[in-house]
Amino acid sequence: MVPLSYYLLLSGILFACGVTGFLIKRNIITIFMSIELMLNGVNLSFVAFAAHWHALAGQVFVFFVMVVAAAESAVGLAIIIAVHRTRETLNVDQVNLLKL
Amino acid sequence: MSIHLILFLMFGAVALAGAINLLAQTHPINSALSLIAVMAALAGEYLLLGAEFVAAVQVIVYAGAIMVLFVFTIMLLNAGVEERTKGSRVAVLIGIPGMLLGSLLVAWVLLRHSGTEAVAAGALPGAPKVIAPLLFHEFLLPFEITSILILIAIMGAVVLASKPTVTGGSPQKAQEEKVNQ
Repeated sequence: MVPLSYYLLLSGILFACGVTGFLIKRNIITIFMSIELMLNGVNLSFVAFAAHWHALAGQVFVFFVMVVAAAESAVGLAIIIAVHRTRETLNVDQVNLLKL
Repeated sequence: MSIHLILFLMFGAVALAGAINLLAQTHPINSALSLIAVMAALAGEYLLLGAEFVAAVQVIVYAGAIMVLFVFTIMLLNAGVEERTKGSRVAVLIGIPGMLLGSLLVAWVLLRHSGTEAVAAGALPGAPKVIAPLLFHEFLLPFEITSILILIAIMGAVVLASKPTVTGGSPQKAQEEKVNQ
């Protein structure tokens, strides 16, 4: 028996790690991986709540989150390839044409 | 200490170590491998919660397909060690105490107010046999919509990642290609 709050804490810590990586990382691929980490943290809380409230719909939502993550990573990695082709860098600091 | 709690702590420690290693590493391939470790550990947590289908999909789709896509892109772009740039000092001075304060607050609220009732491990069966009726009856419309989403994503990925043609690409590139020829 594991308290629900332990699962939520682990999920929150994983999400926070994802946010931190998103903010401090400079490589565009690693930033993208941080987003996946955030989605994983949310998925864990979905499954924990599903088990807690005895509602299977939570597990179906995880399935949908995974589908959206797969679509997002396919498009995102294609964008990364396009950025690398035009700018020839993966550093987000050098992709600054829209910056004031 | 029950076996469930021991297993939870074990998988949680692996997930946490992987997440922190993702932040600490500078080479993207190391980050990708630690992210795979996080996803595998989370699959263990899902099994602990009785979500068998989700655990299997987590390993197959997340740790398998999506991460292969990442590793493939890292290989394709020959991504090297990341260059660190200095962030602003204000962000460090205000951000770190603010983050600590926020996380302490969230931890306190969760431990204090979310109740101490335990999640019974395996009390909710998450086998494919139980998930399937839900997915194909109650959530049929969202399921069909996600198939359209995937189709659009595939087309978008192909369009974005395909080589720009001479007419469609930037003039500079086209000129370079002409010079090369």
